[in-house]
Amino acid sequence: MRTRIDYLRTHCGVAILVRTLMIRRLLLLAAFTVSATVPSFSQQVNLTGAGSTFAYPLYSAWGSEYAKLHPGIQINYQSIGSGGGIRQVSSGTVDFGGTDGPMTDVQLADAQKNLGTDILHFPIALGADVPVYNIPGVKVDLNFTANALAGIYLGKITKWNDPEIAKANPGVNLPANDIIVCHRSDGSGTTFIWVDFLSKISPEWKTKVGVATSVNWPVGVGGKGNEGVAGFVRQTPNSIGYVELIYAVQNKMSYGQVQNAAGKFIKASLNSVTAAAAGAVKNMPNDFRVSITNAPGAGAYPISSFTWMLIPRNPKDKTKAAALKAFLIWGITAGQKECEPLTYAPLAKSVVDKELAALKYLHY
Amino acid sequence: MSKPYPPTYKKVINVVMLTLTGIAALLVVSVLLFILGYLVWNGARSLNLNFFTKLPVPVGEKGGGMANAILGTVKLLTLASAIGVPIGLLGGIYLAEFGKGPFSFAVRYTTDLLNGVPSIVIGIFVYSLIVLPKLHPSLLARLFPSYFGHFSTFAGGVALGIMMIPIALRSTDDFLRAVPNTLREGGLALGASKAQTIVTVIIPAAMHGIVTGIMLDVARVAGETAPLLFTAFGNVFWSHGWNGPTASLPVVIFNYAISPYTDWHRQAWAAGFVLLSGIFLTNIVARLLVSGKGSRSRSYRLRIPMAALDLFSGKRSRVRS
Amino acid sequence: MMGVKDAGEKLSLMARLKKGDEVAYLITFASALSIILVTCLLVEHLWVDSALSRQAFGWKFLATSTWDPVTDVYGALPFIYGTVLTAFLALVWGVPVGIGAAIFLAELAPRRVSNVLTFMIELLAAVPSVIYGLLGIFVMLPILTKYVVPVIQKLFGFLPIFKGEFYGVSYFSASCVLAIMIVPFIVSISREVLLAVPQAQREAMMALGATKWDVTWKSVVPYAQRGMIGSVFLALARALGETMAVTMVIGNVPQIRASLFAPGYTIAAVIANEFTEASGNLYISALIELALVLFAVTMIINALARLLMLGMKSQEGGH
Repeated sequence: MRTRIDYLRTHCGVAILVRTLMIRRLLLLAAFTVSATVPSFSQQVNLTGAGSTFAYPLYSAWGSEYAKLHPGIQINYQSIGSGGGIRQVSSGTVDFGGTDGPMTDVQLADAQKNLGTDILHFPIALGADVPVYNIPGVKVDLNFTANALAGIYLGKITKWNDPEIAKANPGVNLPANDIIVCHRSDGSGTTFIWVDFLSKISPEWKTKVGVATSVNWPVGVGGKGNEGVAGFVRQTPNSIGYVELIYAVQNKMSYGQVQNAAGKFIKASLNSVTAAAAGAVKNMPNDFRVSITNAPGAGAYPISSFTWMLIPRNPKDKTKAAALKAFLIWGITAGQKECEPLTYAPLAKSVVDKELAALKYLHY
Repeated sequence: MSKPYPPTYKKVINVVMLTLTGIAALLVVSVLLFILGYLVWNGARSLNLNFFTKLPVPVGEKGGGMANAILGTVKLLTLASAIGVPIGLLGGIYLAEFGKGPFSFAVRYTTDLLNGVPSIVIGIFVYSLIVLPKLHPSLLARLFPSYFGHFSTFAGGVALGIMMIPIALRSTDDFLRAVPNTLREGGLALGASKAQTIVTVIIPAAMHGIVTGIMLDVARVAGETAPLLFTAFGNVFWSHGWNGPTASLPVVIFNYAISPYTDWHRQAWAAGFVLLSGIFLTNIVARLLVSGKGSRSRSYRLRIPMAALDLFSGKRSRVRS
Repeated sequence: MMGVKDAGEKLSLMARLKKGDEVAYLITFASALSIILVTCLLVEHLWVDSALSRQAFGWKFLATSTWDPVTDVYGALPFIYGTVLTAFLALVWGVPVGIGAAIFLAELAPRRVSNVLTFMIELLAAVPSVIYGLLGIFVMLPILTKYVVPVIQKLFGFLPIFKGEFYGVSYFSASCVLAIMIVPFIVSISREVLLAVPQAQREAMMALGATKWDVTWKSVVPYAQRGMIGSVFLALARALGETMAVTMVIGNVPQIRASLFAPGYTIAAVIANEFTEASGNLYISALIELALVLFAVTMIINALARLLMLGMKSQEGGH
């Protein structure tokens, strides 16, 4: 009679392995069953994008809309900041990136070296950085001169009732409280737009701090993403921060009017942002990298910007590339109707045409 | 007549200090109860069926759920266990049964080292090992190209698996060593080889403890967020298979908690409640299995009753009234 | 019976394989070896990937306090300061409470109560970091802002460590959260160590008429002190590596300020925030060098802890 001991005696050393393998196999079987129950389609293409928190609400809405129109094509966008978008698309770990601060020449060269192909910029919408604040007792929209914003972020203006702020807001009872400054702790295109504007209007900022997606801030607390800054300002009295317009609107936060190059105090809106882009629209460079902060024009909002999608020119996976190109074309044409409800300004027709012409050169 | 010892001031100090220690213990326990209560109150209120069945909706809209994050966490933990448990188990068997001398000292020291590595460093390691596409891919990357070069559940599972190894190894080692030598000698005396004894006698004897250790291990790793930030990344849709990024409960909690949206905060509480319930349940079941003497207990239950044996030979004795 | 040979007769390869010892040895040895290999690979990756930064800055990296991605100058000092400060403060709050609770549970509480309470405290150790962060943001920060900090500033506001505006996020908040996180480790290990002290120690002092507290503090605790100090080291190592809870409540500002109420940064938090987006090879390399520093520090502290506890075991075993 063969007992268990006999069986094991002949196969014993392997028994340890088998025992653990069996457990492992059971676990993997369970996992496969679990993952098999998730619905998937015959034309399944999963695209991963990362980057700008500035444009995240738009990508989020687009991804959801597009999935309804083309089931099986998932556009998974993670908002980690424009710096993250640039880095990840340059390393090749994601299929596309989102950024509101265009890549510098050095960054483009690095990406070229890494990936073996260029990264192309395609603007997808226009947006604005607004100064949000939380001052107990002040419910009106404050006017901020450019120097006021520079002074606050340089740490020169420390109290809310400073003359630079007060003179632009006659009749408003500003408290004598300290200003708590909030900026981004991560690499951010929203930061890029903000410091780009500050550099243009404040020589001191330009020399002392400079322009980049991540800078050495003189003062302030860091929040992660537009979400983090908005969250901080919302919960901290006497604070000020800069966020994309949609974050201020969605969270019902007070945001101020900013004085533009023509001297007028303008509130960020579809019209004022579109006005800011008017000059750039006429003279759009071929690689679409352009700054529209501190734009001329009476009705222009001074802290506006394009937001770009970054795609590699010749990616390895052609199926994904084709799906991505189709998504981008949809986004700059039919997808533009999603912009207005989310307070982004849609692209001008000439810009869209120029982009479509450039996209024709991508053969996949 | 001299006063009886101890003098009054010592008696006063005695009462004061002992009361303070009581307060300290009370403080610690009340923190736990507070955490639990707050999460239950805030989290359970926000739970509904949608949470478990729906995907997240576009940012700013209300509603949606975390079904993909829950599934993602399950998949990650399954893969982590598949990697961490066999290596830890087999390594523990080596240390307990075969190991002597400098090599096993090195293994023990390295395991302790790996255990102490902050989880974010392990995340960086796996990012540069698996996620980053390289000009000269490693051998594994050439064999399985679809798993390397981007964010994936696979990378997340590997990161968590590496974190699971030290504890699985330690607990297997501890529980196997707690099995008395008399059992090993008995097996050998019957003519079984060492391997046969291990498989048929020792491991079953320590099985409860080993299973406990693994359960505690999984519970610990279930809450890890930092390594997943650079490996599994995140996903707003279902993640298919193992080579795409996936949402996971801890990462979603982190992202939602630091956001400004009240609806997301509500969902973060619910997710925190679900995660913590899972972890606590696992912990409670695991510890109860080992007669409640704590995770470092050396007690075990034998499948083969050995009533007359001195079960704890060679262990430190606890002489306590 | 198969496999039983006369003494001294060598078994053939097949017979040895069938007995299984060699196979089992090989398999388990391979697993144990793989752990060493993985750890070596980890250290190698950290070392190689931080080479750029190490060559650029050398040892000055540890003493510079600028962290400027625009001009590509990186220094670890603010992060080292933040990490050490928050961990140290966490110990300051956590060790008295932890040791006090452990003494209570080991010496005073009746066994059953002690077991139940210890069970519950060990559950606290299982709460993930991100949940502590969640509670930190929504519960602890408002409590600190409204009740605790104003009182401290009223009473001790003249001290430089308590000066300055409190925004909620600060070194102080981070250390409070960390303290709560490390207390369960201290309690559970210290309690075990205290329970292992032989009864003779206590009886000897009780026979001399000492009060319970004296017995505990002067006789039991010194006996167990190596284990307790080891537990403190382990808790410290945990506090140094904590990422998520700290990131959510520290403020993310790389600066060195005297005030505890100022926002700050730790090594783990800066890596979590900036790693996925550091563009520029020197930037990434600097972050990985920070990871290397953290790894080295936790390694040293863990080694010290283990040494202490080994010493404890041998001391005890000798009795």
